[in-house]
Amino acid sequence: MDILNALVAFSNYILVPGLAYGSQLALGALGVTLVFGVLRFSNFAHGDTMAFGTAFVILFTWWFQSMGITAGPLPTALLALPFGIAVTAAMLLATDRVVYRFYRQQRAKPIILVIVSAGVMFVMNGLVRMIIGTSDKVFTDGARMALNPADFKEWTGLAEPLAIKTTAVVSVVVALISVALLFWFLQKTRTGKSMRAYSDNEDLALLSGINPDKVVAVTWIIAAALATIAGTLYGLDKSFRVFVYFGLLLPIFASAIVGGLGSPLGAIIGGYVIAFSELIVTNAWKKVAGYLAPDSWLGDGLYQALSTDYKVAVSFVILIIVLLFKPTGIFGAK
Amino acid sequence: MKKLLLAVSACALTAGIASAEDVKLGILIGFTGPIESLTSHMAAAAELAMAEVNASGQAANTYASVRGDSTCVDAAAATAAAERMITAEGVKGIIGGDCSGVTRAVLTNVAMPNGIVMVSPSATSPALTADPDNGLFFRTSPSDAREGEVMADILVEKGVKSIALTYSNSDYGKGLAEAISAAFIAKGGTVTINAAHDDGKADYSAEVAALAAAGGDLLVVAGYLDQGGKGIIQASLDTGAFSTFGLPGGMVGDSLPLAIGPALDGSWGQVAQSDSAGAAVLIEMGKANSPAFDATSPYSMESYDAAALIMLAMEASGSTDPNVYKDKIMEIANGPADVSGTKILPGELGKALELIKAGTAIDYDGGSGVMLIGPGESAGRYKEFEVKGGVYETIKFR
Repeated sequence: MDILNALVAFSNYILVPGLAYGSQLALGALGVTLVFGVLRFSNFAHGDTMAFGTAFVILFTWWFQSMGITAGPLPTALLALPFGIAVTAAMLLATDRVVYRFYRQQRAKPIILVIVSAGVMFVMNGLVRMIIGTSDKVFTDGARMALNPADFKEWTGLAEPLAIKTTAVVSVVVALISVALLFWFLQKTRTGKSMRAYSDNEDLALLSGINPDKVVAVTWIIAAALATIAGTLYGLDKSFRVFVYFGLLLPIFASAIVGGLGSPLGAIIGGYVIAFSELIVTNAWKKVAGYLAPDSWLGDGLYQALSTDYKVAVSFVILIIVLLFKPTGIFGAK
Repeated sequence: MKKLLLAVSACALTAGIASAEDVKLGILIGFTGPIESLTSHMAAAAELAMAEVNASGQAANTYASVRGDSTCVDAAAATAAAERMITAEGVKGIIGGDCSGVTRAVLTNVAMPNGIVMVSPSATSPALTADPDNGLFFRTSPSDAREGEVMADILVEKGVKSIALTYSNSDYGKGLAEAISAAFIAKGGTVTINAAHDDGKADYSAEVAALAAAGGDLLVVAGYLDQGGKGIIQASLDTGAFSTFGLPGGMVGDSLPLAIGPALDGSWGQVAQSDSAGAAVLIEMGKANSPAFDATSPYSMESYDAAALIMLAMEASGSTDPNVYKDKIMEIANGPADVSGTKILPGELGKALELIKAGTAIDYDGGSGVMLIGPGESAGRYKEFEVKGGVYETIKFR
């Protein structure tokens, strides 16, 4: 019985939030890794692209809600997603046209593109603030809980509650579908194959008649879709604020680098590694330990390795360790 | 300097015995600086009290105000302004300072060496309670520590044995959390954890996990309702970690029940708010006054009360010497211990003077329901409430 309680406490505070947060990070990291793989630069504007996409999803959600269109128990934002993705894709294609294409034609060094993307990041950040404002935006609707903690306690008779938010389930399911679609696209379709070819060897790809403009455009569209989905899921599950999305850049890059920049599979694994590390290191283990060990063995301590204030520092430390000892990441070859 | 002081105090002594005198009272508040939007109302309220006393014809002295700028933040400027008030203008009492930092500086560097009474309408730092003041310092605003004591009282009354405590990582949150925790522990309660949360984050599930691990009968959230406080409550409900919350003043506002929904029902707390009958009277007086001022603006009522206390004490002791009338202030504010004193509301200062002349005890209530405790600071009035059906329902005032 006590082991069960410990397991439930672990699921409630680590497993469920970790899976949801990991899925959101993984989708974000996939976008970063894709742009890195095909366009060969680290896109610092990705966090704010997520904010941009989410802002439009929120606007469309509000519009749908005002017309009375909802998705029943699911968040209305899911219906608004395709529209948000369309606007974001248009925005990224326009940015590429105005900014990135010039540097690509110059065959600028990757580091210059990184700096350029930082500029794009600031512009986009300001743009989102102008469009939707700087305050907290709530756009979650539908059923809040997939599994109510009070109901769970009643059904099982356990002392520990287990809560699963609808948005956590939606995060994991949508992430799974998106990843499956992406891998199918990259492995099976002609365009996906040409993207991989372009990524592996640009000159050879050009020689074999692949249209580089098309590859670049498709990459931006996919990056826009991934960013918007990741941003919307994060916003649904937590809350939307432009400033927070700016801060998401660090864990997302940490995820992409841990997995190996340019490797889609690595990005997914990296997302979960970062999410669970953050939770495990900053969690107070007193509760779980209390069920496994007799009370007398435990003192007054909370068994917390780091205060939750240092959550972000965990991503940083992992990033530094990976860069020091295995700069190519888990799956990276480049 | 010493000679001058001697002369001034000698003057004051002889003048105190004399029957009629023009008495100057200093108003030392931040007419410029971070609270400049409040101070015009505060000064107008204090001057209204003086005008009222003068107009009543019952006072032995005629009172006039001398304004000085404390700047709220610049201790050197505030000290200089206070020094000038006392030496150049010869004020017999100071209404002020306003912000806690400058008030402490003026008290130590000017008021105590010169032996001048200070009655602050707005300094709320708990540190002022313990500062040495030779009995010269009073305040009509409650110390922040008071809310901690009030909350601990309610906790004990409700039979709560242990609390988890989280506070907004700010001066306000930290001070309040320390006050609550100290008062609750002193009353025999247990604080399982006292942890900060940063405002403006998207996700508070990690903070809540730590709070849940520590456990406790309920979670006290000493934060801001539109910031991390809301996030903490939401995350606690989402994970089923806590279901009842203690809500200090910073968590009171209509947006909170709106955001959280019915799950907030049953949570409770307290907020500084006066049920004094005098408040309504003073609001009307402020509207009718020329220039009109808004008595609902923070610390305006306390300013009126500060001025009234000084003048009534001077009249009751028959002296304008701070070292004489300072002993009367507590008596005027609280009345005799058997609560037999006649309650004095704003607009009744003339009546108060008549009663004092007749030797009847008065209990000055004023606009803010003045009740001085400890070393002469307002007990403050707090509204205890419980959230029921999404509304803050008043349980009682304490």
